[in-house]
Amino acid sequence: MTEPRHRLMGYVREEIMPHRFCAGCGCGTVLNVFVNAVDELAMDPTRMVCVSGIGCSAWIPSPYFRSDTLHTTHGRPIAYATGVKIMRPDLNVVVIAGDGDIAGIGGNHLIHAARRNIDLSVLMVNNMIYGMTGGQVAPTTPLGVKTSTTPHRNIEPPFKVAEVVAAAGASYVARWTTYHVFQLKKAMQRAMTKKGFSFIEIVSQCPENYGRRIGLKTGAELLRKIKEQSVRVKKAQEMSEEELQHKIVVGELCDLDRPEFVTQLHEVTKEQVESFSLENAS
Amino acid sequence: MLVKINTSFCKGCDICIEFCPTDVFEQSGTLNRKGYYVPVVARVEDCTGCRLCDLLCPELAIVITEEQGNGDVVADVDNDD
Ligand SMILES: Cc1ncc(C[n+]2csc(CCOP(=O)(O)OP(=O)(O)O)c2C)c(N)n1
Ligand code: SF4
Ligand code: SF4
Repeated sequence: MTEPRHRLMGYVREEIMPHRFCAGCGCGTVLNVFVNAVDELAMDPTRMVCVSGIGCSAWIPSPYFRSDTLHTTHGRPIAYATGVKIMRPDLNVVVIAGDGDIAGIGGNHLIHAARRNIDLSVLMVNNMIYGMTGGQVAPTTPLGVKTSTTPHRNIEPPFKVAEVVAAAGASYVARWTTYHVFQLKKAMQRAMTKKGFSFIEIVSQCPENYGRRIGLKTGAELLRKIKEQSVRVKKAQEMSEEELQHKIVVGELCDLDRPEFVTQLHEVTKEQVESFSLENAS
Repeated sequence: MLVKINTSFCKGCDICIEFCPTDVFEQSGTLNRKGYYVPVVARVEDCTGCRLCDLLCPELAIVITEEQGNGDVVADVDNDD
């Protein structure tokens, strides 16, 4: 029997499908929503460069998305992406990687890319754990969770990554989950067409190395929990810190226009080149 | 609506069963070649075409097509790249 073929398979490296993510992993959903977002925008993948680091989430664009990809070192995709964007401002540069990658080891790159407002779209898949390496605590792991490196309970308060990025100066920041697929698709489209630093925190399920540790056996159960924990930004504003303790605040955090780094860098360079031209020298 | 599952991609995560608003899917007890229990489309007539399962499926394994009167598949909605 021939199998039915998904209408967007052309955006995926079909020759290596099905992908290697575990059953019920949110990484697959992010890939799915991403190809839908790109397709609806009629964005040409040959005009895109996807940059990833190391981790399960980093595999979403590389190898699975059919554009040019840079699979870089753990924590550094934003640094590599900055280089690409400066040399080729005509290309759409998208970073997709995990919370450990982007907010843990790569946290400093993240904050400063947001501060400089570099025209990149960063999709951070927050599964609240280090998935690929077997479930170590991440800077996003909720309090009290037992991980392989916090075998008793996690005592470190989790980073509110989207809020940090918004405060650092990004142009566009949103948080959605792998349940909010329609909202996430719209947010990805906004991020990829917005000038300046765009950031989406995608709260996602790692059933294998996170779900199991909190007593949930399947991806579906973990996704149900993530759905139930979600509260809209507006509603969250009326809730106390205590009420928000185990909640996931979803929605848009900011969408504003600020001077962008790469454009200004090229302007400054042009000014300097002109001031050194022969005409001016005489 | 016509709802089909690519059973060789499906990993039996049951996300479609859990989240379909009109309960179109059901567990089947059938194993695919890789040893995953794949769901079945049990109540296709209840599908409203909302495409939630299509977007949620981590395997891009759900294929929804629109049917016309005579039952012919009209289009693979949107794109055939
Ligand atoms: C410099 C460096 N430090 C540590 C590692 C080991 N390592 C590989 S992936 C990873 C964390 C993965 O977590 P995350 O980025 O959240 O991605 P996930 O697998 O959860 O999607 C770590 C610590 C590495 N490859 N390189
Ligand atoms: S370990 Fe976790 S994040 Fe990695 S593929 Fe499996 S479920 Fe997904
Ligand atoms: S959501 Fe996709 S992979 Fe999961 S059971 Fe349904 S068809 Fe299979």
